[in-house]
Amino acid sequence: MKVKPFYLFLLMVAFTTIIAACSGGNGASTPEEGSSGSTEGTSGSDDEDVIEVGILHSLSGTMAISETSVHDAELLAINEINANGGVLGKQIKPVIEDGASDWPTFAEKAKKLLQQDKVAAIFGGWTSASRKAMLPVVEESNGLLWYPVQYEGMESSPNIFYTGAAPNQQIVPAVDWLLENRGTKFYLLGSDYVFPRTANAAIKAQLEDAGADLVGEEYTPLGHTDYNTVIAKIKSEKPDVIFNTLNGDSNVAFFKQLKDAGITSEDITVLSVSVAEEEVRGIGADVIAGHLTSWNYYQTTETPENSEFVEAYKAAYGEDRVTADPIEAGYFGVYLWAAAVEKAGTTDVDAVKEAAKELEFQAPGGLVKVDGENQHVYKTVRIGEVQGDGQIKELWNSGEPVKPDPFLKGFDWASGLAESLGQ
Amino acid sequence: MSGTILTLFNGLSLGSILLLIALGLAVTFGLMKVINMAHGELIMIGAYVTYVIQSLFLKYVPESFFDLYFLLSIPIAFLIAAGFGILLEVSLIRFLYKRPLDSLLATYGVGLMLQQLARSIFGAPNVGVQSPGFLNGGLTIGNLVLPYSRIFILSLSILCLVAIFLYFYRTANGRRVRAVMQNRQMAECLGVQTRRVDLGTFAIGSGFAGIAGCALTLLGPIGPTIGTYYIIDAFMVVVVGGVGALIGAVVGAFGIGFFNTIFEFFTSATIGKVLVFMLIIAFLQWRPSGLVSSRSRALDE
Repeated sequence: MKVKPFYLFLLMVAFTTIIAACSGGNGASTPEEGSSGSTEGTSGSDDEDVIEVGILHSLSGTMAISETSVHDAELLAINEINANGGVLGKQIKPVIEDGASDWPTFAEKAKKLLQQDKVAAIFGGWTSASRKAMLPVVEESNGLLWYPVQYEGMESSPNIFYTGAAPNQQIVPAVDWLLENRGTKFYLLGSDYVFPRTANAAIKAQLEDAGADLVGEEYTPLGHTDYNTVIAKIKSEKPDVIFNTLNGDSNVAFFKQLKDAGITSEDITVLSVSVAEEEVRGIGADVIAGHLTSWNYYQTTETPENSEFVEAYKAAYGEDRVTADPIEAGYFGVYLWAAAVEKAGTTDVDAVKEAAKELEFQAPGGLVKVDGENQHVYKTVRIGEVQGDGQIKELWNSGEPVKPDPFLKGFDWASGLAESLGQ
Repeated sequence: MSGTILTLFNGLSLGSILLLIALGLAVTFGLMKVINMAHGELIMIGAYVTYVIQSLFLKYVPESFFDLYFLLSIPIAFLIAAGFGILLEVSLIRFLYKRPLDSLLATYGVGLMLQQLARSIFGAPNVGVQSPGFLNGGLTIGNLVLPYSRIFILSLSILCLVAIFLYFYRTANGRRVRAVMQNRQMAECLGVQTRRVDLGTFAIGSGFAGIAGCALTLLGPIGPTIGTYYIIDAFMVVVVGGVGALIGAVVGAFGIGFFNTIFEFFTSATIGKVLVFMLIIAFLQWRPSGLVSSRSRALDE
């Protein structure tokens, strides 16, 4: 009995050393991470040679799966800009915070970044819940948030720039394309939260307008892992197309079990709006091959900017990493902000917003342009098919950047939708 | 007709998955009364072991033997998860046997550490495991397709159940385990090394979590946080089944599996889950200690 506490002590020491070694290894790959904690408040805004910006993504918790890569891409953009002389002759210094997949934490950390660190801009967020949590904070402090993910629309804050797709740049053209090429019997499947429900409300209005059939609509809780019953329902309804707005890990379970049930992409096409290259790796390319996605960017997109971007990203984070739409949107968001700051000659939020209007940039996914009115960006829409090697082959694109329309004002069938959904 | 058979099969399949994830917990929580919140992370370890073995096979073994990786990873997942169980027992749990609430918090912390460890080693995104060829496709009866992977999991969970039953009820070691769990002081007086029994039992419970993780790679995602998806279901099965008897976990798992499938079929996934929980609450009002409760003459009960 007497030696027990000593053994416990030894084990605790061993364990903490292992943990420390692991997290130490982590910190080494992103050296900025360590400095963020120690410089809080001291070197803040009074430092003349650097411009501080906030990076606020979930680096732990369920959303870390997706957000860590965006965080990596934003750091890459910052490092590249710094290597080319920085902005206004100053180096950009990232202050990294962890939103921890918890929406109140996002609000709290955004407040800390804006009020204590006085950062010039925040790059961050993934889920709509995290954006909605940060929105009142950035509006109140007149901060600037660059949000890199496609979302359900119906929002336009004067303090947020949306570099991901609005619904008319992803969902609406995807439905049109499916109606034209794959059939008119639709089944809607989504995770049970704000994005799928809002997106599906718009899709239903669009289908009704086109005279197409809606044969089923199903929502499963986030993190749901058993799709047998849902698949049984799908089988009895025999749709041509499943429009999939599942988010996160549920996609893996759904596609694996769909394949096991003997349904291939030739029987029923599944089009996903939350599955990109990164998620394909987790699902297994052999499982999802043949199914479709709708995005603005793929790793295979052929532009000179993209081959440079993919090369730089792999060089920085490892050959086995892949790039995807939100990663690209996070990356060019930093460049757009830097260009706006250069043009304005200051980091003052109102001046930067004014300068960002109609600003253009050659992003890896093609030309993007900030819409002066709603602060979303013009982007090219691309429908792609997942290949056996995990890459996505483009089947169709819109040919030119599409004007963002977050409230779907340009569509007759959507009239009334914005009022009923936009709180 | 075929719809009814499919629903029955789906219920059976969901029940077998629940049984597999709860079997280890039925030992550590059911028999040993340890609230091990890191059980989900032991499942995660089993899943990652499968991933590692698959990657090794892809690299070093000729392609024609690739499918064997899965059969090999089941025992290895058991051993490695059991190894983590031993480490956990020796370093932490043995000090907390009399303090269930402290063990709840401490093992929750261990779970978070293991998640972060997985994230540091394998990265935050999910990893993919290619199912072995012989489990692709399904058994076709008329217009019904019963996926081989689900039939395999059903057989695996029955096999595990039989193995665990034989161990506890037909071997000398198993008898010792039951003696210690029923009346610790009496067993000690009779010369049973209760410390060693505790360690062994906890390792076995952890090992079965590893097997569950291995099987779940056929159906679900493999990532640092997958344990959190299964831990609630696992506790639900053991609580409904009754603490202290394995047969309770079996009835609990298949009962929840069937009701969940039927409710979900007629409503939706969210409402189905709500109805199942309501049923469980009502059931526990009626039988607070679960379906099967063991009685003991020990003084500390």
